[in-house]
Amino acid sequence: MRYIPHTAADVSEMLERIGVKNLEDLFVEVPGSVRLKRPLDLPEALSETELLRELKKLAAKNATPSTHMSFLGGGAYHHFSPAAIDLLVSRSEFYTAYTPYQPEISQGTLQAIFEFQTMICQLTGMDVANASMYDGASACAEAVLMAVRLTRRKRVLLSRALNPRYRATVATYCLYLDLELIDVAVADDGRTDLKDLAAKLDNSTAAVVAGYPNYFGVVEDLAMLSERAHEAGARMVAAVAEPVALGLLKPPGELGADIVAGDGQSFGLPLAYGGPYVGFFTVRQKDLRAMPGRLVGETTDLDGQRGFVLTLSTREQHIRREKATSNICSNQGLCALVTTIFMSLLGKQGLREMAGQNLAKAAYARQQLAGVKGFSLVFDGPSFNEFVVRSVEPVADVLGRLEKSGILGGIALGDDYPELADCFLVCVTEQNQRSEIDALVAALQGGAA
Amino acid sequence: MTILGNSGLVLNEKLLFEHSDPGRKGYSLPKLDVPEAALPAELCRDEIAGFPELSEVDVVRHFTRLSTWNYGVDSGFYPLGSCTMKYNPKVNEIAARLPGLADLHPATPPHLAQGILELMDKLQTSLAEVSGFARVTLQPAAGAHGELAGMLVIRAWHEARNSTRSKVLIPDTAHGTNPATATLAGYDVVPIASEGILTLEEVESHMDDDVAALMVTNPNTLGLFESNIEEICKLVHDRGGLVYCDGANLNALMGIARPGDMGIDVMHFNLHKTFSTPHGGGGPGAGPVGVTEELIPYLPGPGVERVGDEYRFETDNAESIGRLLAFHGNVGIMVRAYSYIRSMGGAGLKHASEMAVLNANYIRARLEGVYELPYKNRSLHEVIFSDKDLEGGCHTLDVAKRLIDYGYHPPTIYFPLVVKGAIMIEPTETESPDVLDEFCDAMIAIAGEARDNPDLLLKAPMRSKVRRLDETTAARKPRLKWEASE
Repeated sequence: MRYIPHTAADVSEMLERIGVKNLEDLFVEVPGSVRLKRPLDLPEALSETELLRELKKLAAKNATPSTHMSFLGGGAYHHFSPAAIDLLVSRSEFYTAYTPYQPEISQGTLQAIFEFQTMICQLTGMDVANASMYDGASACAEAVLMAVRLTRRKRVLLSRALNPRYRATVATYCLYLDLELIDVAVADDGRTDLKDLAAKLDNSTAAVVAGYPNYFGVVEDLAMLSERAHEAGARMVAAVAEPVALGLLKPPGELGADIVAGDGQSFGLPLAYGGPYVGFFTVRQKDLRAMPGRLVGETTDLDGQRGFVLTLSTREQHIRREKATSNICSNQGLCALVTTIFMSLLGKQGLREMAGQNLAKAAYARQQLAGVKGFSLVFDGPSFNEFVVRSVEPVADVLGRLEKSGILGGIALGDDYPELADCFLVCVTEQNQRSEIDALVAALQGGAA
Repeated sequence: MTILGNSGLVLNEKLLFEHSDPGRKGYSLPKLDVPEAALPAELCRDEIAGFPELSEVDVVRHFTRLSTWNYGVDSGFYPLGSCTMKYNPKVNEIAARLPGLADLHPATPPHLAQGILELMDKLQTSLAEVSGFARVTLQPAAGAHGELAGMLVIRAWHEARNSTRSKVLIPDTAHGTNPATATLAGYDVVPIASEGILTLEEVESHMDDDVAALMVTNPNTLGLFESNIEEICKLVHDRGGLVYCDGANLNALMGIARPGDMGIDVMHFNLHKTFSTPHGGGGPGAGPVGVTEELIPYLPGPGVERVGDEYRFETDNAESIGRLLAFHGNVGIMVRAYSYIRSMGGAGLKHASEMAVLNANYIRARLEGVYELPYKNRSLHEVIFSDKDLEGGCHTLDVAKRLIDYGYHPPTIYFPLVVKGAIMIEPTETESPDVLDEFCDAMIAIAGEARDNPDLLLKAPMRSKVRRLDETTAARKPRLKWEASE
């Protein structure tokens, strides 16, 4: 086996040194009654050539932007990723290292995380960012738990316009914690309904959670939501599934958010059928010690040189065990590195330009689609790179028809929103050329004719 | 003896923000081919203050330099106990980057994602075979996330039986994630003492009608097989509880014994340990969970299933605990693990476990007598020493730091907590006896240095990019980001 260096001679010399006769003797503590008395029933080992042949066959059965025009979003986005990123994260000093427990030989990872924390703070307008979480949905769940810890309250209001997968993840995390999760309705403009919010907010509410932009691509009035939440003594949690939007939008930190949890996939990570992505998590300085996850801090070494270490770990499971702020151990280090390199390359101008292109392409697509007979736009609130389209023709038929034209036209909303069973969510990014948008429009027109 | 640690040219490198120059850019986008659009001004931000402005070459050089300050498995021996730092095969990286896998959107209709669904189905079936469980979910993103899934499944099973049990038993040797997870599932933690391994009597003395589950790690964090596991599982079951197994140490058992056959009800895998996927400087990993037949309905979902020749997501999951992530899990990690399992085959996996155990026992044989060995039972995949016999006022931390000068990543230290000054060494199967000998020579030399010239340990490391860091000040006056005023 090419990954295992031992020769037969090695094995016998080692057994002799250990003082046992054979390999079997090394397993004396494993009782015979639990021993597996047959070989594992797995297919035979493949050579590299055979393996890649098999995997390429599997890969060829999947539809991607190189086989289909794609307008899929909903929490995972097809964006430009500069070539330098993958080559840099392929340096094995980064990807074959573990969590930086030994700072003297982990300064590369530690400095990069420190830079990640800094840029996530700059992006969100918040005080402190941790070293990352699993993804946006689980980060959002951790934000809810943190708000509950801080307020010692039991009621959590989730906007129905928050990504339904985020809402489902929050529900799973809270299953047995004796919390009350309540949906807040969506208003006609696609934003969280402020009247419904006011009716449901009370002094037992720990948090109000809304997407920014929300699942329908609409930009919430976050300042107003925060104000209402704070009036009731609750924390405002802003969930950012599409961080490219923050290239243009006011940062949630300026709009009163107490916790900003989001997903960094848009910043250079491959779609990879849903993961690995990376969650980011930011808080206000005053709440620092209640936050989950790892933190990297700056310090100096014995010679006075600048260096970085994992810090404030008394919040964490390996020290606090059952009293920890979360059970999270490692995070998504390499994915955080990808986003760090992405943000460095795009920089101040690039993120704004990319966000502007998303806005313009989606606006163009909205305008074109609104003109197709049988289709209409559902929400008129300001939107970023996604929007909801209502169809006279059944949604499954429309999407099926588009598929035949080589187009993945969007995500049907009926499963998550029965009241929007005749609607689908369309996402347009800078990766969609005008010709693709025109092709989508033409294909939709084709059906109406 | 060759001292691996040596000083090449280590380049200094500022923070990104200290490099930044207004007007520089490191990207290119196509010209906009649609009319410009604008959001209402009141929604728009000013420019992102402090965000860097750098050219591509600035960025490439920056991160290349940073990488040289790191130590990875590809740099050298990384015997970090309980972390299974085995070699990460290169072909797995190629596999995960195949465009048909890497560029696939998670909301692609299943009939256009049959290739990845087939891979996921085969991976979960393979993991079920290795572990002896009826079914495996791939959704959890990490070991601790898998623990959460598993404990919620256990809780859901109890709730379905109207059982209101409130306690979980956890041995003192457990990873910190175990008690933290039990709390997250709404349970009270009852720590139980072990004497190297758990005894039936100890478990029995705590096992009452209020105990929902026992969480064990097998082999445990001392590298010892829990030989009483069958009797313990039977006892817990007889009294209405379930048994959770932390599968962090599965690398000792592939093809040897299966947790599902021992009476364990739920176990998480760490694909980034046992199944060779890279640790990434602290993630991403993946923490699939295997369960017995009885617990299948509660697994997080939706899971992948095969119906005839078609792969799809399950629809009948009313009793599922729900989802733990936005999408289907860390699929890129699943591809690497699948690639590994296909490269190894069943016999190869067993061989890996045997060589991992052989390597740990070889290190034990070479270092016993030099370092104190607190538990004498036969070790499996890792061996735990302590600093009790160390001279010159040196401690475990000093040995670890001195190992850096010799060119090694230190073992896990001060864990498990039950061993004072623990030094936890897990070599894995991918190291040759030559590497192990050099490492053991270094360990023996360091014990001698502690006696003859303790300063070599106390001031170590001397050859690394930075020397020992002031962690106290870092925690007292936290500086967690760069600020422009500096």
